[in-house]
Amino acid sequence: MSIAAQVLAQSADDLKNAAAAEGAGFAYGLAAIGPGIGIGYLVGQAVQAMARQPESAGQVQTTMFLGVAFTEALALIGFVVFILLKFA
Amino acid sequence: MTEYPNAAMQRLEGPAPVIDIAKDLVRRALLIAPVAIGIGAVFWQTAGAASVAYGLVIVMANFMLAAALLSWAGKISFAAMGGAAMFGFLLRLGLIFVAVLLVKDESWVEMLPLGLTLITAHLVLLFWEMRYVSATLAHPGLKPTTRLPIHTAADNTETQGAA
Repeated sequence: MSIAAQVLAQSADDLKNAAAAEGAGFAYGLAAIGPGIGIGYLVGQAVQAMARQPESAGQVQTTMFLGVAFTEALALIGFVVFILLKFA
Repeated sequence: MTEYPNAAMQRLEGPAPVIDIAKDLVRRALLIAPVAIGIGAVFWQTAGAASVAYGLVIVMANFMLAAALLSWAGKISFAAMGGAAMFGFLLRLGLIFVAVLLVKDESWVEMLPLGLTLITAHLVLLFWEMRYVSATLAHPGLKPTTRLPIHTAADNTETQGAA
């Protein structure tokens, strides 16, 4: 194989790796934005509910914790896409 | 003019139900662990079983850390709880990333079962717990275990008659 062909093949590999890294980074970053907004809104509303009705704080806290964990699952999906694109 | 207390500066008193929820999630994770590890072993052999087990440990640690952070911050103030939820989310995502990064080149790790375990275990445990919480309408410690006596309208009539 000529030197020019080797250089071209190498740069094609580099481009492919760079595109995979870029895609993985975007997947993880974008997937974290939505849950961030969701968790902020959810916790804000839960804090308001607990402040208004302290007697039901336990129930609100329970629901809030489950809600936070569900919202976080979206970020985890993005993270798994990231590790599969980057490391698998 | 009535002065209302600052909601952000109030704090939670009493026991934290989120710790109970997290413990319950861990207990359920331990229950499904043998089945999940078995499935990992069937499809990806030893590396698959080890990866599934590692994924389950990450999920359990994630739940426990989230609950510990929220209950700790809730005892300081509601504002601190909001901060702990937001920065705890980033912290835990970072910790999961580090946990995967540390083992990615190990021979006993398969990325696909590890990734699948992280998602499915998280969701399955949450749906399971949500069904339980919805059924009890409170945190798990409050679930009634003994049948209480049922008072009927006839009982009330008898009581009124005796009076």
